[in-house]
Amino acid sequence: MEIGKLTITGIQEALRARRVSARELAQEALRTAREENPKTNAYLLLAEERALRAAEAVDAALGRGQDPGPLAGVPVAVKDNIVTRGVRTTCGSRLLENFVPPYDATAVERLERAGAVVLGKTNCDEFAMGSSNENSAFGPVRNPAAPDRVPGGSSGGSAAAVAQGTAVAALGSDTGGSIRQPASFCGVVGLSPTYGRVSRYGLVAFASSLDRIGPLARNVRDAAAVLQAMAGRDERDSTSAFAPVPDYQAAMTGEARGLRVGVPLEYFEGLTQDTAAQMEKARALLASLGCELREISLPHTSYAIPCYYIVCTAEASSNLARYDGVRYTWRAPQAETLAEMYSLTRGQGFGAECKRRIMLGTYVLSAGYYDAYYLKAQKVRTLITRDFLAAFEQVDVIATPVSPFPAFRLGEKLDDPLQMYLSDIFTITASLAGLPGLSVPCGRTAEGLPVGLQLIGPHFGEPVLFRLGDAFERAGGASL
Amino acid sequence: MSTAAPRLATPEELELYEPVIGLEVHVQLGTRTKIFCGCPNEFGAAPNTNVCPVCLGMPGALPVLNRAAVELGIRAALALHCEVRRRSVFARKNYFYPDLPKGYQISQYDQPLAEHGWVEIQTPAGPKRIGVHRLHLEDDAGKSSHEGYRDSDRFSYVDLNRTGSPLAEIVSEPDLRSPDEAYEYLTELKLAMQFAGVSNCDMEKGNLRCDANVSVRRRGAAEFGTKVEIKNLNSFRFLRQALYFEIARQVALVESGGRVVQETRLYDPNLDETFSMRSKEEAHDYRYFPEPDLLPLEVGEAWLESIRSSMPAMPAELRRRFVSDYGLREYDAQVLTASRELADYFEGVVHACGDARAAANWVTGDLAALLNAQSLDIALCPVPPERLGELITLVQKGELTGKLAKEILPKMFESREGARAIMEREGLRALSDTGELERIIDQVIAANPKQLEQYRGGKTSVMQFFVGQVMKATRGQANPAAVSELLRRKL
Repeated sequence: MEIGKLTITGIQEALRARRVSARELAQEALRTAREENPKTNAYLLLAEERALRAAEAVDAALGRGQDPGPLAGVPVAVKDNIVTRGVRTTCGSRLLENFVPPYDATAVERLERAGAVVLGKTNCDEFAMGSSNENSAFGPVRNPAAPDRVPGGSSGGSAAAVAQGTAVAALGSDTGGSIRQPASFCGVVGLSPTYGRVSRYGLVAFASSLDRIGPLARNVRDAAAVLQAMAGRDERDSTSAFAPVPDYQAAMTGEARGLRVGVPLEYFEGLTQDTAAQMEKARALLASLGCELREISLPHTSYAIPCYYIVCTAEASSNLARYDGVRYTWRAPQAETLAEMYSLTRGQGFGAECKRRIMLGTYVLSAGYYDAYYLKAQKVRTLITRDFLAAFEQVDVIATPVSPFPAFRLGEKLDDPLQMYLSDIFTITASLAGLPGLSVPCGRTAEGLPVGLQLIGPHFGEPVLFRLGDAFERAGGASL
Repeated sequence: MSTAAPRLATPEELELYEPVIGLEVHVQLGTRTKIFCGCPNEFGAAPNTNVCPVCLGMPGALPVLNRAAVELGIRAALALHCEVRRRSVFARKNYFYPDLPKGYQISQYDQPLAEHGWVEIQTPAGPKRIGVHRLHLEDDAGKSSHEGYRDSDRFSYVDLNRTGSPLAEIVSEPDLRSPDEAYEYLTELKLAMQFAGVSNCDMEKGNLRCDANVSVRRRGAAEFGTKVEIKNLNSFRFLRQALYFEIARQVALVESGGRVVQETRLYDPNLDETFSMRSKEEAHDYRYFPEPDLLPLEVGEAWLESIRSSMPAMPAELRRRFVSDYGLREYDAQVLTASRELADYFEGVVHACGDARAAANWVTGDLAALLNAQSLDIALCPVPPERLGELITLVQKGELTGKLAKEILPKMFESREGARAIMEREGLRALSDTGELERIIDQVIAANPKQLEQYRGGKTSVMQFFVGQVMKATRGQANPAAVSELLRRKL
């Protein structure tokens, strides 16, 4: 039994045939995670007790002849910015190094209700701000495919946990590409669902109008099964959608013939050579599946990065205000006055990237600048969304690279935030438009670095993404 | 800084200068639960017990708007004759303070719940409409205690029970021209909130809080002077005092060639003066932006109409009606609209007896005295309005005399019985049987020959003596008018 080779369907069959117990699976997953973790630093915490308890509940249900749920016994890792009751949740930040939430995120609650076994919490960029996982207060994560390289970010730990075979699936969060980009860097599948598809209750907010929880897995089917368990309206999140949740497995017919796939010209500029080469192969494979490839234009793409960094920093500056040293946060011990408590706690508690974004966000919301920056950015956001809506009148799916380049070396872009921000240039547009984006592996570079293909769908278009992603995967997309 | 300022502006000064005042009033809405979570919205619980991840601003927790808070907000808006916007937007107001757990208040900014209302107040020059600029919803902050603990020299204590209580902030136009007008406005606003069932407006519990913007200008000037915001006006008395002080301070400043500085001042009721809290330069930049965790608030026509149709008449309207329809005196109308319960009670009595003046006399007279004696609110009155109405009807029909009725009311109050039950048990009723009354009168006349002689000798004032004797003999059950009439015939 190798956790790294299991699929969700395989686990369901094995459990129900009593070839393995959920407890055995959990123990094996925990053992592997413990063993592998020093190589990657993917996990910040293993929740052994909770995992075993959940696994035993699955076994007990099976013993009583009850249905233990569609994710029964599936070992899942959870990004550490998603709260877990009684299990420390740090967001990769020193400020929350001792924060034990008294409540579960809705997504976690729903996964566990479906029988999933939460193994532990995965490393991430501090408050999900970063594209390399180097902004974690608890050390960077190494890419299992290339240990001297980053796994991408901010859900780097979740991507690495799945890639290294310690978890069958993982939860990540995506604000501007934080699931899709690490999935592509590590060679796994990652989905950023439509905004509102999965409840944000319990996802520690970075940029509330962009944040989403989504799955990372080793194949499209597993990602779809995890989404199936989490999706749907939640009364605790006013922005969660009422739209009914379709049957995602049924959408995966293995057929992609006739799908109109848009290829936006703007997304194929500035790629590294090897990424461009993989994209060429991906286009050819899509064509061979019977997809109709159409060149399209999304003219406002070039405004996406400034727009995104205004919207997300503005919201972040407000969302991060609560980490002030008063309640659950770490507090700077030297503080003598209220002003000092704030400035020392936040000055020492936040890492450089968080501080940079808090300052940017505070600036763009300030009196006299709001109209020029925040309001303007919201208008640009509308234009970007309209680009997509117009495109989806002609095509069913849009295919782009996930990132202009594959995983880079640890430290390589650390001193150049703008270079770092470019990692997300192809993912932030779908984020701004609230659209779902699926990252599927599409082969490796000559150096053996994974490359990802991004499939963007219309709002609530997850079924078509899964259908095409699954067909692409079955046709050998991962080994192009 | 302010020691040289006079305590009150002189009449001469006020002839030269006109104060311009606007009020910002926070009304705590009387919902069962908080505005964005399910915690109880109540006063007086042990510190930090009515809290949850949402109102504690814990990471990942999200607000969900309480429909009841919106409904009370709409009621408040309608009570102030505001236009309710079909769509309003919540916004974050960002600032740091230990009793503000999220680091921002969820309020409304450029698209408030309601706008363009008015409150009518009485002034010496007659009624005056004060504009209500806007009404918006927001969540309350917690409470910080900087004093009263053993280690208060080093620590402050924070109680977050109040965090997330629903508030309506009501901003007036700068239409008020004196501290007395401000006092009237706040009084009328409070009454309107109580009538509409929006809030108890108990100032001691912080249900009603008030800040004022004050400036002075030379009478006749077109432009407003520089305004100063005064905070901490948490009683009607403080509001008036602080305004009197602040106007005098500003007038003295301008008179002596100085200039008013835009700033926020705090009123200190102990010293009865205001002192500077922060200057314009130190003012917060709240960095408002739309709250991404909440959808815009849409108020549908049907909902608005159903709330509108459930609104009671407002006090000013009731007073007008009491005077025009019932012929009450202004004063009585004022007294009877002091609370919605009292007005409802009064109308209940009128409905039962059909005599508004008698009803007003009873309610403001004997009933009020009984309630006062026991410190009871009208809402807890043991005599329901129908029964008081019945009592009045019995007097109208001559079955009871006024005197008897006044004896019976306290008994009704005590025993919670109807007038008839008491009359029967105690054998109390007006003597309408002239035969019996005549017999008693004959006895009285026979027993007092000397007085009879005096009367017949032309001393008609002795009549009063006979009336008194008859009343005494009948234990007040006789109708005095009927007694006089019979006596006149017999004497």
